[in-house]
Amino acid sequence: MIMGECQVDVNQPDINVFKPKIAAFLCNWCSYAGADLAGVGRIQYPASIRTIRVPCSGRINPLYILKAMANGADGVLVSGCHPGDCHYISGNYVARRKFALIQSLLKHVGLEDDRVSFSWVSAAEGGRFAEVVKGVTERVTALGPNKGVFKVDDGGATDE
Amino acid sequence: MYAIKEAVIAKEHSHIPVDTTIFYMDMRTHGKDFEKYYDSAKNQHGVNFIRSRIYEVTEAVDGSGDAVIRYSTEDGQIGVEQFDLVVLSVGIEPGDSSKELAKLLHLKVNKFGFAELETLTGVNTSRDGVFAAGAFSGPRDIPETVIQASAAAGAASALLSEERGTLVSEKQYPPELQVAGDVIRTGVFICHCGVNIGSVVDVPAVVEYAKTLPTVVYATEKIYACSQDAQASIKALISEQKLNRVVVSSCSPRTHEPLFQETLREAGLNAHLFDMANIRDQCSWVHMNEPEQATEKAKDLTKLAIIRASMQQPVQPIFMAMNHAALVIGGGVAGMTSALSLADQGYEVHLVEKDKTLGGIAKRFSTGFRGEDVKAFVADLIESVSKHSNIKLHVGVGIKEVGGFLGSFTTTLDNGEQIAHGVALLTIGGQEYKPTEYLYGQDDRAMTQIEMDEALVNHDSKLENAQNYVFIQCVGSRNEENPYCSRTCCTKSVKLALKVKTKNPGANVFILYRDMRTYGYFEEDYELARRIGIIFVRYSENDKPVLTKEGDTLVVTVRDHVLDRPLEIETDILCLAAAIKAPEDGKKLSKWFKIPLNAEGFFLEAHMKLRPVDFSTNGVFMAGIAHSPKNMEEVVAQAKAAAGRAGVALSKEMVESAGLNAFVDKRKCTACGTCESICSAKAVSVDLVNRLAVVNDALCKGCGACASSCRCGAISLRGCTNEQIVQMLNSL
Repeated sequence: MIMGECQVDVNQPDINVFKPKIAAFLCNWCSYAGADLAGVGRIQYPASIRTIRVPCSGRINPLYILKAMANGADGVLVSGCHPGDCHYISGNYVARRKFALIQSLLKHVGLEDDRVSFSWVSAAEGGRFAEVVKGVTERVTALGPNKGVFKVDDGGATDE
Repeated sequence: MYAIKEAVIAKEHSHIPVDTTIFYMDMRTHGKDFEKYYDSAKNQHGVNFIRSRIYEVTEAVDGSGDAVIRYSTEDGQIGVEQFDLVVLSVGIEPGDSSKELAKLLHLKVNKFGFAELETLTGVNTSRDGVFAAGAFSGPRDIPETVIQASAAAGAASALLSEERGTLVSEKQYPPELQVAGDVIRTGVFICHCGVNIGSVVDVPAVVEYAKTLPTVVYATEKIYACSQDAQASIKALISEQKLNRVVVSSCSPRTHEPLFQETLREAGLNAHLFDMANIRDQCSWVHMNEPEQATEKAKDLTKLAIIRASMQQPVQPIFMAMNHAALVIGGGVAGMTSALSLADQGYEVHLVEKDKTLGGIAKRFSTGFRGEDVKAFVADLIESVSKHSNIKLHVGVGIKEVGGFLGSFTTTLDNGEQIAHGVALLTIGGQEYKPTEYLYGQDDRAMTQIEMDEALVNHDSKLENAQNYVFIQCVGSRNEENPYCSRTCCTKSVKLALKVKTKNPGANVFILYRDMRTYGYFEEDYELARRIGIIFVRYSENDKPVLTKEGDTLVVTVRDHVLDRPLEIETDILCLAAAIKAPEDGKKLSKWFKIPLNAEGFFLEAHMKLRPVDFSTNGVFMAGIAHSPKNMEEVVAQAKAAAGRAGVALSKEMVESAGLNAFVDKRKCTACGTCESICSAKAVSVDLVNRLAVVNDALCKGCGACASSCRCGAISLRGCTNEQIVQMLNSL
């Protein structure tokens, strides 16, 4: 070995870059199929999501979102069929209503808006699924790691 | 397509950058979504395409062993390029054993040695009762082959309808292991899928990780978990290791879950003691440049699957009534062919057509691509459906409402009539693009192919006296608005051009094209057309032919690809190969039957190659142009295929549902009625006497809206319980 020569690997991955872990609930008939289609089309997207396949986006109890955040997930994505296209007719509307309700609860407990996302992706939209994941990952990355739920800055008093 | 696929995959699988070039004359990507694949190969994957003629391939003189290709481009320029590897796209010819078989069976073969199919039958050979599918009758791609196979099976089923079921023996499964209360012993199988997963995800690392997880007593890797030997190995390991839960990390459960569930049943385990982690379509394929992250994700996805599987309890299937009637929507060639096939198989068929006559677009055609008398063919079909005792016609009436699902659909027609049926076939055809370009609609000398066909048959004076014809291909196809090929128009234009040129050899006939897609045996017509003096001029997408009117004369200006100069052609007739667009009723049917459409509005099949007539939604099938543009013989084949597949569903005594329904925990239910109000299937109701919500298993679709709304967590969903989801989230 020649002394004095040291090779610096300039391609060392930056291990300090925050890589979020996002729980993704995908409905079997549309969003999960769309995600599969992205795979068939080899459309690349960030490896940030951890998918839980559900029969319908309406299966998602808003408390699951809180659970995910409480367990340290950096973000949550719920994705269902486009309005009018739900395989179970109205499950995606159920999901949308619940999601709207939980948005205000999440704000109340100090969770940033961008951590939790909701989308419609159809079975034919492989490209769109990749875009959704990219967008969600970007937004969550910008927010940094999950700082924990239930940290209210106002000293603990309720708003009511 | 094969060349494009290999070029793209070579780049994908190689560890070093690979440069791929495809030398071609015409790019024939006319199948469904093939054009998009071609575009992505060009634009995203960087495959080079050189339109050329090859002079020679020789060995390089530099001693490298490389090959040197000497070629000429369209404008006569000569190019020389050196390559490490040259791949030849060779054609397909019938094999010796195929020719031998055809001889043994006394089947008619064409001049190339392939079995000749009877016209407009899709799958019939020259002998009754002998059907052909796939490349036995000519070069064919996978979707076409699968379609013919299903069509042949359906046709055979029609012939054997009287004997159906008489020789059938029910598959015997070993008795199901009772696992209640047993210690959970999970077996994990991580698949390499050849190099598809293995080249990105560190499979051995995932196996080692799986071994550390709770309930896992055995974990191993497989090269192809779905292969015969892997299946056998999994079954052996289940009994050897006394596994009572199984996890497979491989591809998508949407395609392979049934396969592995069958394996479990054959090993004596309830099919639902199983979960899959998708580490291919949703991992290795989409994180190709991030192997470490893909591996971490694969580990997490496997962990989630292990948790779900280990918490699974056995689920028994639910059997429901099967109505053995079929509803065919759309009374064109596809609809009538499907209806006849199903009727011949012995089933009651309702054929609905919103137009006041049957026949669809075929009513406007006269001669088929193989010289068939289409008018007679259509008339025959109409007579057959009208006379068949199993077919009930509903002509001149549309659909008002659809409800139900496989085995128990109810369709209400505009006239109030209600039809109860078990399956539905959607054969609603397509529509002709009405060009906005080339003075179509403003000058009656500009016409579509169908219109020119009709004008020729009616001896229209415009054509009787015409001396100069220009055909423009790809009008409305292969552009941003409709990024697909309409498949039939190159052949149609060549046929029309041949017709006018042979009738009037002195006529000047020009075909302006982007790629000549006269695929398969239609190549002979193209060759003949060139030989008798029809002039073919290639134009490119960004230099389209321009139409001007000088006085009353139509002048088409196009840049000739060989002379590299503009040609001005005065023409008497301008025939536009107008695109075939998706049917407008697609959206309505999509909502009623809960079936998806693709980006262009055509029906989206369950699997492009292996299930080309099925929808993901059980009990609904498709055929004809509503799936994608195709010629009449191909429509017939697909219609028979849909009937074949529908026949499979109809042949079952009862509808078997997996049983992944909602279930109520009596102890927690407060009978508040939230589940009842939210259920879209009206499958759960509150029993006020016992103060308990009760699920109707036959109606429950398994969506889980009730489970997510219940304030007490009393109602949950089998296969996706509250506890399972919470545990999975806890593990993240």
